Parts: sequence; structure tokens; C-alpha cells
Amino acid sequence: MTDILEYNREDAGQPPSLFPAYASTPPRSPRQPLVRIPQTLTETTGPAAWEALMGPSMADLTRQHAGEPLGQRIIVSGRVLDENHRPVANTVVEIWQANAAGRYIHHRDQWDAPLDANFTGAGRVISDAEGRYRFTTIRPGAYPWKNHHNAWRPAHIHLSLMGPAFATRLVTQMYFPDDPLIEIDPIAAAVPEPQRRRMVSRFDIGATQPNWALGYLFDIVLRGREATPMEA
Amino acid sequence: MADNQSPDLFGQTPWQTVGPFFHYGLPWKGGADLIGASDIGARPDLMPPEHYLLREPSARGPVVGQPIEIVGRVFDADGAPVPDAMIEIWQANAAGRYNSLDDRREALPLDENFTGFGRSSTGEDGAFRFRTVLPGRVPGPGNSLQAPHIAVGVFGRGLIKRLVTRLYFEDGEGHDEDPILALVPQARRATLIALKDASAPGVYRFDIHLQGEHETVFFDV
Repeated sequence: MTDILEYNREDAGQPPSLFPAYASTPPRSPRQPLVRIPQTLTETTGPAAWEALMGPSMADLTRQHAGEPLGQRIIVSGRVLDENHRPVANTVVEIWQANAAGRYIHHRDQWDAPLDANFTGAGRVISDAEGRYRFTTIRPGAYPWKNHHNAWRPAHIHLSLMGPAFATRLVTQMYFPDDPLIEIDPIAAAVPEPQRRRMVSRFDIGATQPNWALGYLFDIVLRGREATPMEA
Repeated sequence: MADNQSPDLFGQTPWQTVGPFFHYGLPWKGGADLIGASDIGARPDLMPPEHYLLREPSARGPVVGQPIEIVGRVFDADGAPVPDAMIEIWQANAAGRYNSLDDRREALPLDENFTGFGRSSTGEDGAFRFRTVLPGRVPGPGNSLQAPHIAVGVFGRGLIKRLVTRLYFEDGEGHDEDPILALVPQARRATLIALKDASAPGVYRFDIHLQGEHETVFFDV
């Protein structure tokens, strides 16, 4: 017998798998209802040895090549928390993004915007004991995509987190304040309001480093769990 | 305007798709090899070599257990392969213990060479491949014992959030008493069973159908 502390299920702010305005979802989302299962050790455990798995952190995306990338240098920082406001320590945050012109360093990205030999757009940081993380990068540009006529993705940074368990996995996108593209973007719009605004970072002069980089705050909240174990 | 820092909006950060261009940001070389030092898992062919910054494969000590290979393909509603998906697996070691702080069953051996976690991109043909060991059995709710299984996450362009399924083995012990399989309608259980490859010992085939006649069972966990 093993006592299992279940993680909370999705809250009302999570998007559906099928969101037809995002045209790739109809052929790729399941039609059968999900089968709800109790969480077992399989779902409440997860890997912790980040460095052994993925390698050391890469917290400065502007210093990965011979020269400096072009664009507005920014620092993104925040905390990884659970739903009970408790820090999630020692968890990995993987990062990938387009360059300042909105182009990804990927052969399939054929949009006619310049590549930047000094910018890859991949990074990785580990949260500290208070759940804090921080990385330096350049502000990514918006870019067009083929979803519908004149479709443009708002500038965003992809963030991937494992958290403590299989059940706490999260991949999200961080957006920037005052971006008019957010409200007409089908991927952001898959998240209902007001929870969509959880994905919009905040500019913060306190997080801004004088004569160096603008600061944006972005806290990431993973599924939490109740304090009392269920004998499941 | 409300934003990420607004106290009254505090709650789970919403899921968003990995999109089509995650290949250089997430899957590292060797991410799909849980027992050796091969480079399977990543798609370095999709980026200039000087922009592959993730981990290179490195040697590891021997892993305890029966080595197996899992091969499969991801298909969409029309049966077309999905070349920009990513698969993650999470499993117990051969003794049935998870290499996790939250598995405190000290009586069972940990295998320090085995993390139990793997990640693989799909190829142009929608294919993925993992090398691992057969997992041991782990307890389920109450006094139940789960059949050997691997937790599977599916990500990709067009998948706004992860889809979760499980892989069981055609010749695995205890399917009849597995508490999770019991929740799956009999007619759909076959989608969760990896089949032995008759011509290649130790190889199991596990295709994932996102939709369509053979739609894989996905779980709400």
C-alpha cells in the first residue's frame, strides 16, 4: 500500500485540445473523451537529475556564439510556484524562441526575415531553493504563419517545465505586455479570459539592469496538491 | 491591465503548444536512449550544426534489466505521419522503483545509471524510437499491482497541450488485474498494448493515433 498525494487536475484556465481557430488542432486532437484515471506512483513521481539528463544550465542566450546577437537585450525572471504559492525548487525551465526579427534557427522556418548567426534561441535554467529563475536573452520578434490570411504570432518565448512529477509537466508561452497581436492570436485565444492574461509578462523597472537590459517578470504556476494524503 | 503578476489571477499557468520549431530547444542527442550512449532522440538535421547547443551523448554505467527497444509512429486523423511531434516517456526501473524523490520505497533498489525519463522527436515519417529496459511492476490504488507500463506524453504542432497515454507490453504480466486498464473500455485497450516484433527480439511496436478509427486512448491525469 502506498499513500498517494494526488496533484490537482487542470483548472478552468487550461485550453482545450480542440480549438478550430488554430487550424492544426482539428486533425490532431482526439475525438474520444479522455479516460480519467487516479494518479498512481507513475504520475506523482518525476525525474530530478537535470544536469545528468540535459547538461548544465544555459542562462544567457546572448553569449552562445562569437558575437552578440542583434536586438533588444532583456532579462526574464520570476518564480516557479505551485498552486499553494509554495516554491518549486530545483526544477528545469527549458527555453526556445525566435530571434529579434522573428525568425527561428530551424530549416523549416522559411520566412523571409534575417537569421542571426549569433543567436540560437535555446536556453535552460534551474530554479533555486525559493523557486527563482532568471535568464538573459533578446526580445523575440513577431512572425507570420499560415494559419489564416495575414496571421501573425505575437512575440513569445516558449518555456517547458517538468516540475516534481509526471503530472506537473507544463509547456507554455510567455507573451509581452501591450502586444496588440495577443488578442487576435488563435493559440493564445485557446486559453479563456481572464486566465489568458496569466501568460502576459510584466515590464518591471526594478528587474531592469541599468545600462544593460530591460526586465520582465513572469511567474510560472504548476499544479499543486492538497496537504492530506488520500489512501488511494 | 491584468497580467502574470496580478494576485487575483493567480493559478495554473496555461498550456500552449510546443509549435513546429521545438526541435533545437528540447530534444537532445541521446535523449531517447535510456541505457546506452547512442544519439537517438534529437533532430540536429533541422538546424545548422553550430546552433545545436544541447547535450551530446555520453557513456554511462550499465543499466540493470532486460534491454528493450520501443519503436512507433505518430499519425493524425487522416492516417498521415506527424513529422513534428515529440514523445516523452517516464518509467520505473527493472525492480519497479522510480528514480524520483517521491518514490520513497527504500526497500527496492535504485539504479543510479537509470533515470527512467526519455524524450524523442519524430522523424519525417512520424517515427520515434527509444532504448530502455523493461520496467518492473509498481503498486496502484489500494492493494492493486499495476502491470508493467510506461507513461507517455505526446507534444507537437497542433497539440495545444500534452496528450497522456500509457504503453503496456503484449507479453506483460497482470493486465487482467491492472487498475488503470480496467478503466479503459475493452474495445479500446488494444491501443495501449505494444506488440512484439516477431522478427526482432526485444523490440516492441507502439503506434500513436491522435484521432481516427484507431484513436489511441488518452488519459486525464
